[in-house]
Amino acid sequence: MTTTINVSRRGFLTATGGLVLGFVLPDRSRLAAQQVGIPPANLFAPPPGGKPNAYIHIAPDESVTFLIPKGEMGQGPTTACSQLLAEELECDWAKVRMEIAPVDPASYGHQTTVGSMAIRTSWEPLRRAGAEAREMLIQAASQKWRVEASQCRAENGFVINRASSARLSYGSLAETAAKLPLPANVALKDPKDFHIIGKPVKRLDTREKVTGRAKFGIDARPEGLLYAVVERCPVFGGKVASFDSSKVKAVPGVKDVVPTSRGVAVVADSTWAALQGRKVLTVQWDEGAGSSVSSASIRQMFVDRAKEKGAVARKEGDAESGLAKAAKRIEAVYEVPFLSHTPMEPMNCTVHARPDGAEVWASTQSPTTSRKVVADTLGLPPEKVNFHTMYCGGGFGRRGEGELDWVLEAAEVAKQFTLPVKVTYTREDDTQQDYYRPASYVEFSGGLDAEGWPAALMAKIACPSFGFLRDGVDFTAVVGLSDLHYEIPDLLVDYRIANTIVPVSYWRAPGANQNTFFAESFLDELAAAGGKDPLEVRRRLLGKTPRMLNVLNLAAEKANWGKPPAGRFQGVAVGNAAGAFVAQIAEISVSRSGVRVHRVVCAVDCGLVINPGILQQQVEGGIVFGLSAALKGEITIERGRVQQGNFDTYNVWRIDEMPKIDVHIVPSKERPTGAGEATNPQIVPAISNAVFAATGKRIRKLPIRAANLA
Amino acid sequence: MASIKFTLNGKQQAVDVAPDMPLLWVLRDTLGLTGTKFGCGMALCGACTVHINGTATRSCVTLMSSVAGKSVTTIEGLSADGNHPVQVAWMEADVPQCGYCQSGQIMTAASLLAKKARPTEADIDEAMHGNICRCGTYQAIRLAIHRAAEIKAQGGRA
Repeated sequence: MTTTINVSRRGFLTATGGLVLGFVLPDRSRLAAQQVGIPPANLFAPPPGGKPNAYIHIAPDESVTFLIPKGEMGQGPTTACSQLLAEELECDWAKVRMEIAPVDPASYGHQTTVGSMAIRTSWEPLRRAGAEAREMLIQAASQKWRVEASQCRAENGFVINRASSARLSYGSLAETAAKLPLPANVALKDPKDFHIIGKPVKRLDTREKVTGRAKFGIDARPEGLLYAVVERCPVFGGKVASFDSSKVKAVPGVKDVVPTSRGVAVVADSTWAALQGRKVLTVQWDEGAGSSVSSASIRQMFVDRAKEKGAVARKEGDAESGLAKAAKRIEAVYEVPFLSHTPMEPMNCTVHARPDGAEVWASTQSPTTSRKVVADTLGLPPEKVNFHTMYCGGGFGRRGEGELDWVLEAAEVAKQFTLPVKVTYTREDDTQQDYYRPASYVEFSGGLDAEGWPAALMAKIACPSFGFLRDGVDFTAVVGLSDLHYEIPDLLVDYRIANTIVPVSYWRAPGANQNTFFAESFLDELAAAGGKDPLEVRRRLLGKTPRMLNVLNLAAEKANWGKPPAGRFQGVAVGNAAGAFVAQIAEISVSRSGVRVHRVVCAVDCGLVINPGILQQQVEGGIVFGLSAALKGEITIERGRVQQGNFDTYNVWRIDEMPKIDVHIVPSKERPTGAGEATNPQIVPAISNAVFAATGKRIRKLPIRAANLA
Repeated sequence: MASIKFTLNGKQQAVDVAPDMPLLWVLRDTLGLTGTKFGCGMALCGACTVHINGTATRSCVTLMSSVAGKSVTTIEGLSADGNHPVQVAWMEADVPQCGYCQSGQIMTAASLLAKKARPTEADIDEAMHGNICRCGTYQAIRLAIHRAAEIKAQGGRA
């Protein structure tokens, strides 16, 4: 029986007895922050003053509660992190409960769940915390028995006296153990002895999620709650010129109409009443310069930018001269549209602003920054803001680090009321007021040698920046091409910033989700131009990346590459996102109604696997996410406005379209990589390359539409 | 405003709300049953699915005036302690990821199984294609529905 305790987290920590164990987070790697495209200044930093963290609580009733400093938006880090703690703690997994830790930078450093970093950043510190707690419990037992600690061992929630076989439960030892000094240099277990890590233990959040008890941000219901919706300028960058709320206030249930920095909020006694009020709200907008922008004007800007000199993101040999001496040269332009994140839980945030402090309920990937946003808006120190990190109904980057616009807006509205206020986005609001996966544009030139093998490659990228440039290169905008794993002697990847009025942000496997499509599709073009099999070309060029070659060969074998069933066609792609090595082979057919995806074979090497069940979920889920991007997703702009709204105009993948997904996990003792963003990039080119196999038509622009296949 | 009476999770319920207010918002905002989720407001995603007189229905477009006198079951009332065959199968298969859509998925699946003891793949496609899962749990959902049918056949509750 595993449940999450629904009590005030701060109260819980201080009011109950037992062992509360602390340790200090080590410095996070600079690379880790860069991988998510965020400067390392405040992410993954060690806690100020080195105050110990609290991760483990053992109560007298033998329950073990882990406080996990990661959010839960579906990727399972709260369970996987609990496995890391439990493995070393040697507790009874059946008695483990999990809670999302309170926001406490002094204890946990900067809390954020982005970039598939949860396991990579927790792998050592959480096992160490578990091991330290175990040693303290052993120490406490050895003192009671008056024996050497080396005479004791821990197993399944008990310390056992090796000589007498006497047993003391963790619950009975916890209070004594908590008073002992933190042991130094505790040895971590040999992975061959793991019995919780690597096992498909059930997720700790499942029962709540199948009984409707799991609380998401949108489910917050503090006493006296008011409900708000906000009318925002449909044109990016526009402002309110004036508004008329006279009809709104006549709508039953409407309490007030107030301005925010981006629009006008209608506040009522139910979400429905607020929506009815918004219907009769009249706002005059100052649309600004944005109203002249369209998808066509943005594309033209990309085309113009691509002519300009780029900043070098990757250089091997000399691509210009490589292309000049190539036996055969081909060129192609690739592009992708803006995409919305579209989590199932629309953006929302609940804030209660009081004179002495505030309380917040938010489904956010970034609670530390979210709390600061509220504190700054309300003019409070962050520690006066009691922040509840709720389950996220999907995140995919929308709820991650950035402006946290929806949190800011809720604070702005709540500041004007004494009662708590929940601001909820409608689905249309969510689609039209996103921070999007950027549209992007690449001009490729490729050269083949006399034998028809790829010898030179040039990729000129024009893409909006995610906000951080180094020597003119936005790391995130180029990743997937800048880290190309193929051995091509003359290679150049360069970047020119191409910002638009459309706000952009991280979207599952940022950068890699578009650049893997670009890279793997154009490599397929080079293979075809040289008369080579796409698999053979990849095998030849991956000689120095054995883990990638291994997953490629595994996928090819399992998919029976080259021998698809009659009427079906295969496409292959590889990629490395979130640190994982992934190969996918899609099997499709094409008819007048479009592409049907029948089967996807995915081989993945993500190092040592913490939970094969959760990994399977992530592999499947990533592929489904990528299927939406390949075949459905497109945000278009006219007069500065997003033209899509609800699922009728921005549809996503559904169950009746599902291919069979075969997942093959490579056993590995390597350090764990991320998994949440590992598999959505490769499915896109696997499908577009299969479309080429089926039709001879090269897909250079997403999404793939039936009308474009004729 | 008028008092609208209906049966909610087996108990008599009366609410004073506008007759054109959708059931979804009455459940969530008026009555505090937050297991039923808001996803689209247009019956396009299935997150708000409840049973009305036993049939899966999108509560976001179901006006309260049409609910009067009927029996509504939400995820909170599907079983006493999570032991409906669909919930048991969902737990066995660890279906949910973020979990937000899962109340709606489960309510739709339970309605399907009430009508078809052994649904085919086509039956599942037909019944479930209106329920979006952005996390992509569809393959697990399909397996879990077949498993739930087995559990039900073996005596209903596991």
